[in-house]
Amino acid sequence: MAARIRNISQWKISILSASIGSPLFYLLSVGIGVGSYVNKNSTHGIDGVKYLTFLAPALLAQVAIQDALSDVTLPTLQGFKWEKNFFAMNATPLTGRQIALGTWLAGLVRVCITVTCYIAVMYCFQAIHGLRPLLATLTALFGAASFSAIMLWATAAVKNDELFLTIVQRIIIMPLFLFSGTFYPLSSMPIYLQWIGWLSPVWHSTEIGRWLTYHHHLSSSAIAFHFLYFATLLTCGLTLAVRAFERRLAK
Amino acid sequence: MSCIPLLASEREGQSSRYPADMSQRVESFAIGEPLIEASGLQKSYGDFTAVAGIDFEVRKGESFGFLGPNGAGKSTTMRIIAATLTRSGGSITILGKDPEVQGPEIRAHLGVVPQQDNLDRALTVEDNLYIYGRYFGLPKKFIREKIDELLQFAQLEEKRNVKVEALSGGMMRRLTIARALINEPEILMLDEPTTGLDPQARHILWDRLFRLKEQGVTLLITTHFMDEAEQLCDRLVVMDKGTIMAEDSPAGLIKKYSTKEVLEVRFGSGRNVELADTLRSLCERIEVLPDRVLMYAESGEDLLHTLVSAGVQPLTSLVRRSSLEDVFLRLTGRTLVE
Repeated sequence: MAARIRNISQWKISILSASIGSPLFYLLSVGIGVGSYVNKNSTHGIDGVKYLTFLAPALLAQVAIQDALSDVTLPTLQGFKWEKNFFAMNATPLTGRQIALGTWLAGLVRVCITVTCYIAVMYCFQAIHGLRPLLATLTALFGAASFSAIMLWATAAVKNDELFLTIVQRIIIMPLFLFSGTFYPLSSMPIYLQWIGWLSPVWHSTEIGRWLTYHHHLSSSAIAFHFLYFATLLTCGLTLAVRAFERRLAK
Repeated sequence: MSCIPLLASEREGQSSRYPADMSQRVESFAIGEPLIEASGLQKSYGDFTAVAGIDFEVRKGESFGFLGPNGAGKSTTMRIIAATLTRSGGSITILGKDPEVQGPEIRAHLGVVPQQDNLDRALTVEDNLYIYGRYFGLPKKFIREKIDELLQFAQLEEKRNVKVEALSGGMMRRLTIARALINEPEILMLDEPTTGLDPQARHILWDRLFRLKEQGVTLLITTHFMDEAEQLCDRLVVMDKGTIMAEDSPAGLIKKYSTKEVLEVRFGSGRNVELADTLRSLCERIEVLPDRVLMYAESGEDLLHTLVSAGVQPLTSLVRRSSLEDVFLRLTGRTLVE
């Protein structure tokens, strides 16, 4: 366990030595800009609240997942292929399991920071009120952690690394961004496109986030379903990832 | 240069800074006792057999080498010893432990220098050493002191806070070796340590390894350079196509499989083969290579005289000592470097 923490601290240095992006500007520009337009054209705003409030938890979920994604795929590709750090670690008493879990945890470090900044900005712009929305940081983190577990496995298991990043960008990140009900309610999409949202971790995380921040309506079975989705992703992801790491390190 | 005491056991009169719990886990081995014992060791990848049932033994305090061409199975064997690759068959114990059962415990006492450096390029020299030390669970204070020693050993003190990506190839290799020593390993394993280095870097490295050997570190080296094998190894094993062809000290191998001296002669294209039979009658053994003929005898000069008085005048001639290359040629019919 202690070794895992050290593993994380190593990644922290590597990751933070690269630049920390600022997704806040997105929230500000899109939220306020588009939001004022939407609010002007509808007396009830959207989903019962003004657009900024509608958008904010969605972007929180989105950015948490996106950050976790890159902070897990890039170090894994680096560790196995580009710089082969993982093989160096493997020559020490560390086990494949520790390396896998350490990489996963390290990927969440930046997410924690981003999510905290985000929620602070949301409060500043009065997109949210009260203390309950703070829980949305935890759920966003949970969502990001679960999805990154699956991506950890995918990155470790993929044979042909060259196109992997491009494919991930086109097939995963783009649809998640556009089809998860971030900028508009998912129900306003035609039914044959909604299924993308249902599969998307961003949508699940957004729904919970919205429920926590402005009491967006969710039945208790829906809430349970969303959490179950993430719990499944997390357990399957980590189990498969650990196995993939062990196999790849022992070859 | 001062001789740096790298082993905790050397610091007499001082309490060892090396964490007590780690040294207690290894049963104490005396010099000369086998640290690694392998029997029928085997590794296959599907149809391809990389290591085809080999037996060997590495003793404490010696410098042991695996000599052979690329693809002989040396690196595969090293990885099995390093407890990072599972074997397909046979048995092996390292420091008295089975790598499949007690992998992490074995690795805690090994130092591994891989064929290709796998340092963290975005981090500094010092950070690379520090983090690696932490992976072993070593205490921070111990590591900090060790880093100073190791930087001096690797002659990288000025590069302490430089990012690894800015270092030259030779410096990176020295850093990789320094990194492998952070846990004061019982066995230091080096896989093709000087491949890709310029001659000066090679000699600096050999010097460092020699000092380590003097301090009692057990060295395990793979190489396809015969000069490296001759210089560094007390005992070595000649490998080809996954099997061990011979085992002895460098001098012993040369004595057994070759003569004392070799006369290399050239006669120009085509004529080498023509004269083969004539030459064969003049000495113990010959080897016909594409560009020259090697004639083996106790004294090369005398052989050259005999050759000339027999009326055979070579274009060029060279008398040299027998080397491991000749041993390999004798055993396999091929040269070490294709």
